[in-house]
Amino acid sequence: MQVRGEALSVRRVGAYYALTLLAPGVAERFRPGHFVALAIGDESSSMLLRRSFSIYRCQERGVYGGTVEIVVSAHGPGTEWLASRRPHDPVDVVGPLGTPFALPREPASCTLVGGGYGSAPLFTLAERLRARGCRVDIVLGAATEERLFGVLEAKRMADSVTVTTDDGSLGTRGRVTDVLPRVMERAGTDAVYACGPMAMLRAVSDVAAGSGVPAQVAVEEAMACGIGVCMTCVLPVVGEDGVTRMVRSCTEGPVFRGDTVRWADVGTVPADCLGAPVAAGGH
Amino acid sequence: MTTPPAVRPVLPQSADVPEPEVDMRTSLAWAALPNPLATASGCAANGRELSRFFPLSRLGAMVTKSVMLAPRSGRPTPRMAETPSGMLNSIGLQGPGVDAFVQQDLPWLKAQGARTIASIAAGSIDEYAEVAARLALAPPGTVTAVEVNISCPNVEDRGLVFACDPDAAAAAVAAARSATDPSIPVLAKLSPDVTDIVSIARACVGAGADGLTMINTVLGMVIDTTTLRPVLGGVTGGLSGPAIRPVAVRCIWQVHAALPEVPILGVGGVRTGLDALQLILAGASAVSVGTTVFNDPGAPLRVLGELRTALAERGFERMRDAVGYAHSALGAGADRIAPPVPPGPSLRAPSADGAGSGYDETAYDEGR
Ligand SMILES: Cc1cc2nc3c(=O)[nH]c(=O)nc-3n(C[C@H](O)[C@H](O)[C@H](O)COP(=O)(O)O)c2cc1C
Ligand code: FES
Repeated sequence: MQVRGEALSVRRVGAYYALTLLAPGVAERFRPGHFVALAIGDESSSMLLRRSFSIYRCQERGVYGGTVEIVVSAHGPGTEWLASRRPHDPVDVVGPLGTPFALPREPASCTLVGGGYGSAPLFTLAERLRARGCRVDIVLGAATEERLFGVLEAKRMADSVTVTTDDGSLGTRGRVTDVLPRVMERAGTDAVYACGPMAMLRAVSDVAAGSGVPAQVAVEEAMACGIGVCMTCVLPVVGEDGVTRMVRSCTEGPVFRGDTVRWADVGTVPADCLGAPVAAGGH
Repeated sequence: MTTPPAVRPVLPQSADVPEPEVDMRTSLAWAALPNPLATASGCAANGRELSRFFPLSRLGAMVTKSVMLAPRSGRPTPRMAETPSGMLNSIGLQGPGVDAFVQQDLPWLKAQGARTIASIAAGSIDEYAEVAARLALAPPGTVTAVEVNISCPNVEDRGLVFACDPDAAAAAVAAARSATDPSIPVLAKLSPDVTDIVSIARACVGAGADGLTMINTVLGMVIDTTTLRPVLGGVTGGLSGPAIRPVAVRCIWQVHAALPEVPILGVGGVRTGLDALQLILAGASAVSVGTTVFNDPGAPLRVLGELRTALAERGFERMRDAVGYAHSALGAGADRIAPPVPPGPSLRAPSADGAGSGYDETAYDEGR
């Protein structure tokens, strides 16, 4: 659904901004893994494309109505505009969008892996998993301490938290996949959930597949519309019938089973994909 | 000179202020539409996603994504780049193929009460005929009009785009027209990337097009100054959005000046009711909203409301009266702007009073 929301607060969190929006109707439908697509600027803005953010957390009934919180890394004019919102500034919100994480029916041991601010959706996921009696272990990684998101929060809700940074400024120096096998062994992991940059998702999917554990990953693809109408956000995914298709990460995803994504072929159209190879094509 | 109609503001709409009374009905050739607002091909998929935002039956028409004979995977990513007031795309006509479209999408659209303008594309003349023939197998009443996307490379002619050559454009349109049920109008969708759009328009009408859709995207390119490479996986892409609106207005203007009786579905950069009005004043009988849907999924209906208000404010009682109005307002000056193209042999003689076309362009022309 589309709502005229408004900014309630913008907080600086390390290298990022946490933006809380009043968006009645969105919170009520939210499940972990959903995202929102935000319009940038006003009705005559020269930036036409919505920016998509996974939902960090939601409140169904705040003082003013339902709220949605997202985490923004201000690295371009659109995200800078969002980060500079002041309370009561209007922000147009479409959401909740996408296919959320599937939760285990029985209590299970779940290991959650987040890279940078990509960890944002993992905290509500952890809450819901805990509510179902699941064991939750969290691994957070980033380039530097500043670029980690939610370490304290993770410590409050998880059975264990392991942190890695590329420069060693916090936790283990290295990548999440350097520590993941050990965490999974200790936790007796039944399911892996991951969110973050594509290279990390690929590495996490490989580790999970190597131990025969299913992984659900929320991908980050460039999205123009977020609602499934433009076909810009595709990646090659193997279907249950064994056929590879270019599928939309905004509607079929952003959550995919890690072993169905053709990671090595992301950014290409594999020759055995349905409808490939393409001779020249129109636009 | 014409005295422009006075613009009298109409109160903003609310529950107790009724919508202004303007007859919004229109037609594309003999396809009657309850209002002139449509989606644009490739900017609304085949309706299911947008139907979560508004009932498709409230659109004048739903223009579907161009469909080809076989399923297509499209081009590699990145497939888009944002540009000032626009975007570049290089999707490569990803789609399920015409048979799946006919079986799954058309009946569903009909059940929604939508009027479907089915867009078809092809890489050869034979494929245009074949796609149109398969589309003709659709259940009766599921297709309101066929739009032929000729902005496709001809695989049999060094990848030259059909829409850029009058003969190739005409051959593609003729193939689609002859394979389509004669009771269904066929629209040719033109590319603005040509030296003389009027000669292409003439060729398409001569080949049997019952109307024209203008414009497709404008070929463009963006280079990433960090990686020093083209941004798009497909290297070049189509520019769309408000950035190209003046190009759309110009193309519609030129073609309507030369072929005033040929109905035009206007498309290109429409974001507001006033944008839609510009295309209509230039000569469009209906208007598609494309890229703006990515920004505002509810845009087609918002633009419809804004257009209704804008027409009422200008004293138009019927949307049809505004079609091409800017030409009559300019009087003889229009000739200076239309390109110097000799009238084609294939055209019906333009009638001075607009009889038969359904348009009464003189209704507000008090100075004439
Ligand atoms: C992502 C995208 C996909 C498109 N796909 C098609 C298509 O399949 N067939 C077609 O005829 N036009 C296609 N178009 C062109 C639009 O229908 C329209 O002609 C053009 O975008 C200009 O209108 P706009 O500025 O309102 O978007 C596409 C445009 C975009 C942005
Ligand atoms: S972002 Fe438009 S289809 Fe996915």
